Order: sequence, then C-alpha cells, then structure tokens
Amino acid sequence: MSSTSNGKPTQRVYMDNHATTQVDPQVVEAMLPCFSDKYGNSGSRNHAFGWEAEALVDQAREQVAKVLGAKAKEIIFTSGATESDNLALKGVVEFYKEKGDHIITATTEHKAILDTCKALERKGRATVTYLPVDKFGLIDLDQLRGAITDKTILISIMHANNEIGTIQPLHEIGKIAKERGVLFHTDATQGAGKIPVDVEAMGIDLLSLSAHKIYGPKGIGALYVRARSPRVRLTPQLDGGGQERGFRSGTLNVPGIVGLGKAMEIASRVMESENERLLRLRERLRHGIMSRLDEVFLNGHPMQRLPGNLNISFAFVEGESLLMGLKDIAVSSGSACTSATLEPSYVLKALGVGDELAHTSIRFGLGRFNTEEEVDYVTERVVREVNRLREMSPLYEMAKEGIDLKAYNWARE
Amino acid sequence: MAYSDKVLDHYENPRNVGSFPKDEPGVGTGVVGAPECGDVMKLQLKISNSGLIEDAKFKTFGCGSAIASSSYVTELIKGKSVEEAYAIKNTQIVEELNLPPVKIHCSVLAEDAIKAAIGDWRGRSEAEGKKEDVASSSEKKAV
Repeated sequence: MSSTSNGKPTQRVYMDNHATTQVDPQVVEAMLPCFSDKYGNSGSRNHAFGWEAEALVDQAREQVAKVLGAKAKEIIFTSGATESDNLALKGVVEFYKEKGDHIITATTEHKAILDTCKALERKGRATVTYLPVDKFGLIDLDQLRGAITDKTILISIMHANNEIGTIQPLHEIGKIAKERGVLFHTDATQGAGKIPVDVEAMGIDLLSLSAHKIYGPKGIGALYVRARSPRVRLTPQLDGGGQERGFRSGTLNVPGIVGLGKAMEIASRVMESENERLLRLRERLRHGIMSRLDEVFLNGHPMQRLPGNLNISFAFVEGESLLMGLKDIAVSSGSACTSATLEPSYVLKALGVGDELAHTSIRFGLGRFNTEEEVDYVTERVVREVNRLREMSPLYEMAKEGIDLKAYNWARE
Repeated sequence: MAYSDKVLDHYENPRNVGSFPKDEPGVGTGVVGAPECGDVMKLQLKISNSGLIEDAKFKTFGCGSAIASSSYVTELIKGKSVEEAYAIKNTQIVEELNLPPVKIHCSVLAEDAIKAAIGDWRGRSEAEGKKEDVASSSEKKAV
C-alpha cells in the first residue's frame, strides 16, 4: 500500500504472487552491473569481458543447484518454466523413442505441460495418461503405479499447483519412478525456491523452475537434468552454438541468470522464516474472510498447500464481478469470464468443484512483500464487496428462500 | 480487460436493484441463464392495465458487463409499452455500454430476460382473465 503526497491514501495491493512477483531489490542490484560494466558474452573465451560474464554465470549455476541439492553442471538455463517443460517432455520423448512413448501426467498440471503433451499426442509421438486427482488436488499413488507400462518413459507431476497450491507427494512419486525405471520430471515453477525440494531425496530426474515466481526477473528459468544414476539424455529443441552442454543453444541471458541465482540464494536463506510469516498471513486472511461470510468454500488441500496460497469460492457471486469490485487489489479468478476460453478453471473442475462454484472462485497469492495491514484491508474489501454483490444476486436470494438451485429448472440456451 | 465507463458506472451504481413480490398483480418475472454458465439474470417488470411498464427491478449473478446490461435495461424499459419493450434488441445494449465481442452474450441474456418477463406477465394476465386485448395484441406484433 502507498500514500500520495496530498496525504490521501491510495490503496493498491498486489496479492497475485502466483502469477508473478516483484523483483527483490537485492536481485535488481545484483543484475545491474551486467548491463553497464560486466556486459560480456559468457561464451567469449578470449577476453576478460567474457571471463567475467562466465564467472557470474558459474556462480548463479552454483546458487541454483544448491537450493535443489543438485550439482552445478546439472543446471541448464532456459527462458523460463514453459521452455523447460517443453525441453524436458519433447527432449525425452525424442531421445527415448526406442524405449517407449508413454508419458504419465495429471489433469491439474499447468498448460505448459498439458499442451505440450497434447502436441506430442497430435503428432503421434507420444501416448499420454492423465491421472485424475482427489478433491484436494492430490494424485493417487496406486493409480500412478497402475498406469505405468513397459512403454512408459516419463512421469511428469508438478510440485505445487499454481491455482490451489496443493503440494504433490514428490518423495513417493520419485520412489515409484525409480522402482520402475521411469524418468521423473517435476514442474516446480511454484515450488522451487518457495518450499523445500531435493532432487536426490525425491528421486527427481528433471525439474523445471522459473525466476519471476520467486522475486527474480521474467524471461529466465532453468531445467535441472540429472547427470548420474541415471544420466538423463535429451534431444535439444533449439539448435545453434551448442551452449548449455548442447541442451540449449543461444547466447546466455547473463543478467537474467545472475538475477535467478541471486533470487534462489535469497530464497534458500529466508525460506523458513518467510513461510512461517506467509502461513500466518494466509490463515489471518482465510479466517478473516471465512468467519464473516456464509457460503464460502476453501478449494484445495487444507494443509498440504503452498503457505502463500488461498483459493476460495464465494457462492452466488461471480468471480469477475468480484474482481471488478476489488479493482485496486490484484488477485485472480477461476471464473470463465477471466479466461480466454470462456470455460471455468479446469483445475477446480478436476477437483470436482461444480461449474457454478468454479465461477465464484478467487485466488489470493501472498508473497514476500505483503503486510498484515494489507491482509486486513483485503479482508475488509472482500467482505464488503461480496455482501454488496450478494444483495444483487438472484441466486443468493433464491438460496435464502430455500430454493434448491441444483434442482431448479434453469432456462438454459 | 478494460471496462467502458458506462459499464463501470452501472456496476458501481446499479439502477433498480431489488425484487417485487412475484405474485403481485401486474408483475412479470423473467429468470434467464444458469449458475454453471456463470450468468443468471432476474428481471421483474411492473406493468399497468394499459400495458405500460411502470417500474422494473433486477438482480444479476454474472460479470460486470452482465450486471451493467441488466441495470441499463431497467432504465431503458421504464415508461415503454410492452410492445416497445419486446422489440428491444441486444445490439442496443451493446452500443450503449460499448461491450466488447466477448461480452455480447451478456446483452443477449438481457434481451432474453425482457422477453421472459413479458412472457410471464402475459401468462399470468391471461390466467387472471384480464388485459387479454393488450396481451394478445402485443404478442402478434412481437413474435
């Protein structure tokens, strides 16, 4: 929140930290020399400008690897998690095509996984099993075991979900993958740098991450590629100068890489205290809203979720109209009206949340720079706006009259 | 997505929110849309014996454009005859509120709500055995 010079407060609250985050000032500071002084190409092997840049990249690679429990050489820098996901899936499918063509993933994955799988299916390069999830968004490990065939080459299950924050049991999934000799990829865009992840302990072979979800810059991410037991191979998806051990050609985005490294270094340092704080703020927000409004429902897992994530359905109030009433507060909605497809959130649908409730969902994403004052302000605003819109809602009126909305004969087109 | 000033105005200061008792004489109620589609509009009209719309009220579950469309309709329709009201087209709502293509369905729903409310009033009027002339004559013109 901020105040203008005339003393009149202008409330503007950013609470959409799953979409992106403010770049940490320490990260900006670390990046700045890469634009002015140390602007060399890390691929230039024959002068000091190149060596300086290379040293910065090496340091960042160490910083990223350390947070994942990986080795520096196992980190491949990419343009972001979408590219990392594409490289992991397409690269494995192409390289291991003699071994098999079957991928197992889940219905609540990010579009970067789902649409990559669809593209592979469409081209006839892979067959894909989409595991369902329970009402909390968790996959069933027995179903995972049952889905593995001789042709299965890859399991790709996300670390934490971007809409509902549900954290998947990576340890167990990694164990199953190892037992069956299948590679395990995880899209850790919402997890890496926010909650603990360890590629060794969790048996992860490939891991995608992104800088801008963890207070780093946009346009930079990484793919962890296991180097030993097993050594994971990938067919590159970009051809060129052979950078990043040939996995990803293209001049390295040195400022971005430095920013990612710094963001990860900070993340690992503050993770424990930050999560304690975020959890406290999240619970304050949840309790503040849920104790003052009837007919509100938590989406996702009550405990096994990202500390900063809160996803609530406000029955009888359409999500986009609520966002409109909260115009100085940045949150997002699972309502169809806010998506390009005019379909409500596929993640909430996969949980078994009905369309009528999916349309009323709001995702609050708390982050490093949110304050208790902001949480209280958002609580007040949400409660007031939901009450106002319910006064305007024919559904709320009908429900109060005791009409069963599910049994009602709606004039559908 | 940016909303037009008129949509914002109707959303922030909706006109004629509320309900009439459904069984009051002269009241027609139209409920259109469905919760799982993300839009439900309830439009109620109070119609005089001579077929003039004296008052209108709405309640809407839907996005800001849906709320604005129904709010605008209650303003537009007051003082009109049933025939004039029945002839209102969604394009009129689109133009007034500057609705983008993705929100056209909100205006269609508002047009449907007018027709549904008038239809309900006609049905009830006929059941009451009154105002037959007005009801049937408007039907001929409108359909």
